[in-house]
Amino acid sequence: MRLLIATLMLLLSAPVFGQSALPPAPYADRQIEDAAQERKARALMETIRCLTCQSQSIADSNASMAGDMRSQIRERIMAGEQPEHIRAWLIERYGDWVSYEPTAAPILWPLWAAPILLLALGGWLLRGRIKRRMER
Amino acid sequence: MRKALIWLPLALFAGFFALFASGLLRPDDRVITSKLVGRPLPAFDLPAAASDRPPLASTQLASGKPRLLNIFASWCLPCAAEAPQLMALKGAGVEIDAIAIRDARPDVDDFLKRYGNPYARVGLDARSAVQIALGSSGVPESFIIDGRGRIAYQHVGDIREDDIPMILQRLKDAQ
Repeated sequence: MRLLIATLMLLLSAPVFGQSALPPAPYADRQIEDAAQERKARALMETIRCLTCQSQSIADSNASMAGDMRSQIRERIMAGEQPEHIRAWLIERYGDWVSYEPTAAPILWPLWAAPILLLALGGWLLRGRIKRRMER
Repeated sequence: MRKALIWLPLALFAGFFALFASGLLRPDDRVITSKLVGRPLPAFDLPAAASDRPPLASTQLASGKPRLLNIFASWCLPCAAEAPQLMALKGAGVEIDAIAIRDARPDVDDFLKRYGNPYARVGLDARSAVQIALGSSGVPESFIIDGRGRIAYQHVGDIREDDIPMILQRLKDAQ
């Protein structure tokens, strides 16, 4: 019984570790009043990677740093900054890593070319099959 | 041609298998370094984070002499573990300034009283704004700023005892 209580208490205490005690920044979990601006901010936040929980976007992460980034993005969008400008600013600091949106860098050319190549391959295979059927 | 083509799926499978296996076996590297290393420090002007230390502005870091800029927080455990190494660096004559992330003055005071205060100035970054502007991804981190206010080196994570000679060497190189 005592062990059970101890385990339960441990479970309850765990989330307190390693996070700031400070309340979240003003716009971390609050939407912008203007719906169009909020849509822009939301779209950007969903493609910015969280530095703390590295497989989540900052829109999904509960890390305090992600909250600060969300607040900063919303405040900058409210000040009239363009989302792509904010993305470029972040990439300048953290590298391509921070953005989930693929760029046009040469290393990604195979990625952009893949759909075209696969379509061409499909077309070529189809042509062969149709030809064979016509011959029969 | 036909005969060779029959082996293509197997070859593709083997290729992908090798790719994924090498990815799985390679040790994970989760360290995200700042792309601002080698470039000027972004401008900032922060209020004081500790009661007995002056506030910190970016202009004060271009003092003609390399300085260590430590990013820490009173709520961060590795930062407490790093404190003795920072005290040793201070003892070796290194000038250290700090930015406290998402912190409050009483907490910083308490932290510095418990673990020692190696800092000349401490700025308060309550919303991680300067941390993000620096391209820093967590606490603790340390930046070496050369005399002209450029970022010469970034150390991600706490400075361990065996890192101290390397840090001293890099401070010398930044001269």
